[in-house]
Amino acid sequence: MLFTRYLFYFLTILALFSATMVLASRKPIHSVLFLTLTFFAIAGHYILLNAQFLAVVHIIVYAGAIMVLFLFTVMLLNLNKDERSPKPAWVKIMAVIAGGMLMLTLIGVFRGYEGMTTADPSLTQIGLVKNLGRVLYHDYLLPFELSSILFLTAMVGAVLLGKKEQI
Amino acid sequence: MKILITLIPLFPLFGFLFLGAGFRSLPRRIVSVTGPGTILASFLLTLILFFDFQRNGIPQIHLIFNWLTVGPLAIGFEFLTDPLSLLMMLIVTGVGFLIHWYSVGYMKDDPGYNRFFAHMNLFVFFMLLLVMGANYLIMFIGWEGVGLCSYLLIGFWFRNQDYNNAAKKAFIMNRIGDLGFLLGMFLLFTTFGSLNFREIFEKATPMEAGEPVMVAITLLLFIGAVGKSAQIPLYTWLPDAMAGPTPVSALIHAATMVTAGVYMVARSNILYVLSPVTQIVMGSVALATAIFAASIALFQNDIKKILAYSTISQLGYMFAALSVGAFTGAMFHLTTHAFFKALLFLGAGSVIHALGGEQDIRKMGGLRKNMPATWWTFLIATLAISGIPPLSGFFSKDEILIHALDHSAWMWFILFIGALMTAFYMFRLLWLTFFGAFRGTDDQRHHLHESPGVMTVPLILLAILTAFGGFMNIPGIFGGNSLLAQFLAPVFAGSKYHPMPVTGISHATEWMIMGITLVAVIAVIAWSYHHFVKREKGFLPDQVHRNFLVNLISQKYYVDELYELIIVKPLLWLSTILHRIIEVGFIDRIVNSFGNLVIRTGNTLRFIQTGNVGFYMFIMILGIILMLFLNILI
Amino acid sequence: MTTMTAIPIDYYLIFCSILFCTGVIGVLIKRNALVILMSIELMINSINLLLAAFAAYTNDPAGQIFVFFIMVVAAAEVAIGLAIIVLIYRTTHSIDIHVLNKLKW
Repeated sequence: MLFTRYLFYFLTILALFSATMVLASRKPIHSVLFLTLTFFAIAGHYILLNAQFLAVVHIIVYAGAIMVLFLFTVMLLNLNKDERSPKPAWVKIMAVIAGGMLMLTLIGVFRGYEGMTTADPSLTQIGLVKNLGRVLYHDYLLPFELSSILFLTAMVGAVLLGKKEQI
Repeated sequence: MKILITLIPLFPLFGFLFLGAGFRSLPRRIVSVTGPGTILASFLLTLILFFDFQRNGIPQIHLIFNWLTVGPLAIGFEFLTDPLSLLMMLIVTGVGFLIHWYSVGYMKDDPGYNRFFAHMNLFVFFMLLLVMGANYLIMFIGWEGVGLCSYLLIGFWFRNQDYNNAAKKAFIMNRIGDLGFLLGMFLLFTTFGSLNFREIFEKATPMEAGEPVMVAITLLLFIGAVGKSAQIPLYTWLPDAMAGPTPVSALIHAATMVTAGVYMVARSNILYVLSPVTQIVMGSVALATAIFAASIALFQNDIKKILAYSTISQLGYMFAALSVGAFTGAMFHLTTHAFFKALLFLGAGSVIHALGGEQDIRKMGGLRKNMPATWWTFLIATLAISGIPPLSGFFSKDEILIHALDHSAWMWFILFIGALMTAFYMFRLLWLTFFGAFRGTDDQRHHLHESPGVMTVPLILLAILTAFGGFMNIPGIFGGNSLLAQFLAPVFAGSKYHPMPVTGISHATEWMIMGITLVAVIAVIAWSYHHFVKREKGFLPDQVHRNFLVNLISQKYYVDELYELIIVKPLLWLSTILHRIIEVGFIDRIVNSFGNLVIRTGNTLRFIQTGNVGFYMFIMILGIILMLFLNILI
Repeated sequence: MTTMTAIPIDYYLIFCSILFCTGVIGVLIKRNALVILMSIELMINSINLLLAAFAAYTNDPAGQIFVFFIMVVAAAEVAIGLAIIVLIYRTTHSIDIHVLNKLKW
């Protein structure tokens, strides 16, 4: 399916471009907006893999909640100062080199990875809500329940941390 | 029967547990009944056992339970009923009961009353284990246990540090002997494969005399006896042990514990006759002790110390008898000694009690008018120990002297001199305490009184035993048939050499020897009477200049100081050196250096925490790269 | 339909690696704490995509379940992280990590 391929390439390039712009922006608000674009690209990838439930959840949670949180924080606290970064140049060079080396190592590890090319990912059925739900509630019920406790903790923590007056 | 046997030591054990648990809470009345009561119960059971044995006398081993089974070693917790153990059981429980009864009166005002009876009961339990055991290990339990109880009871008034030191001294000297005993046991096990009496004696009987391993075993066991029965060189604890209450001295250091060594050698008679070397050693030590201790007793001024040295001397007599093979004689003397020495100690306790704690005979005098019961019983005991017929001491001491003469004339002569010295110092004690004018304070004179009935009745009972106890073994020349010898004969029958208590001495010689001894003793008594009562020269004030020999003896030959110099001080010096150099300088330094290492490492490594998140991330990335790299390479 | 035109798994692997490293570089370079948090989110997302890809290719739902839970944790973490940043801003009026380096030796 050539169209799928082109779609894949387009989404990949979009994601990579947005990610680089997150780093390269001067203002934090630009970084937030570019990150949101990245998330949409990744959601597109999810749909390519026929992981429908994940795609939707991804958009709702990440683009809808987390990025909104970031936006609120930036805007309410007026953090939109210029990212001047008078970091010494050599630190930035070192960082880019380190990250680049990591990338090359990882690519070197993964290149030519044989096997598992037999299945067509867009035809799998496991990404459907019905199937995913069955597996989730059948095999992974305990982590599911525990994650609710995790959320409770997070909520309480966030509220407590955010209070103005003494606790 | 087995239940009976088990109950005999169990009664004192329960007494100990009961009294020990309630040592603060139990009322006096209950303790006064329970303390002596358990011993009385054991005594009655022993009597039943004894009469049963008389009827059908077969020595039996009663297995209580299998105790240790390790490979080839199988030791059971077993008791033996044979004539020797029955004799000892009767002595321990009988005399023990009388002493417990006496203590009810003697310790009446002591705050540690309950604790006293608990410890005494525990002591009787261990002593019974010692004499009833059917193998050396059970005997060793009792051996160690009586050492422990001796420590507890000597240091009974523990608030006085001197008494505690005396208790420690007793225990440590005992332990030195115990090491010998333990090594002897190990050798016994490797040689005979068992610690059971019956098995060992069966295997030993056909052996030849003079085998090196037998010499080693018997010498090691004898070292144990030296420690427990206060022979040279491990005797200095016994005079110091007089720091304990007088009933303790009577029970432990006169009648029972110190005789454990004699019992042990008598029990192992088969082994000892197979080793003439040990017998020579034993005889030499015994003779030396007998004379040595008697000479020290001549110049002591404390009632209990005189009696303590007398005990050491008499134990020397017993070991001398054992060394020439007169086992029955030794056991006979053990029995009669238990009677009259306990009586002497209890009488001394009565005197001390009446004088409110005074123990120096130079401050006593003329007590026979105020304390008739004590005086008469004390007189009987003193006559017995000096060997005046027809009291028991005469028969037992005479038997030892005859056997010694049979062996060698020198031996007899030394023991004879010892007997004269015994008579002298005992009668010195008697004259100075009970005759003459009262030399104490006026306060004491007003409080002089005879002891209460609870104390005098045991004295009277012991006096009866002392007076008539000799008739249990009247020798042939008097027409008797040596009942005790017959009773104990099966125990000693296995010894190949010197089996019978009959000697090769003719009756005429025996009569002559007896006559000489008697005349000499009476002469000594008369002279002492003249010296101490008529001429009132019984004691020397401390400031008077004494000649060298008298000074040496009255300072106990400076033996304690000698031990202090050659043993105690070097050990303390060694201990200090080890502490300073090895403990503090070496081991502590190693341990501390580990701690310092950790501290210094931490001090150096803390500079990694720069607080800069980017730096942390950077190092993390490097780490990941390194890990991936190494994973690929390896 | 044909397997030949299906996208090989390598492509996903390489893509996610590059995205991950971009996030890493972002953490190392940036001074603004918020942007650092966003780079961390980027890293997490790359992992999520890779897991989902593997799940699709091997037909094993466990991968997607895992992604689900990772999203859960990421959401909670962002909430708390932002709360902490707000608190820090309130006290020190700066979210520059060069200023916030007092937790050191």
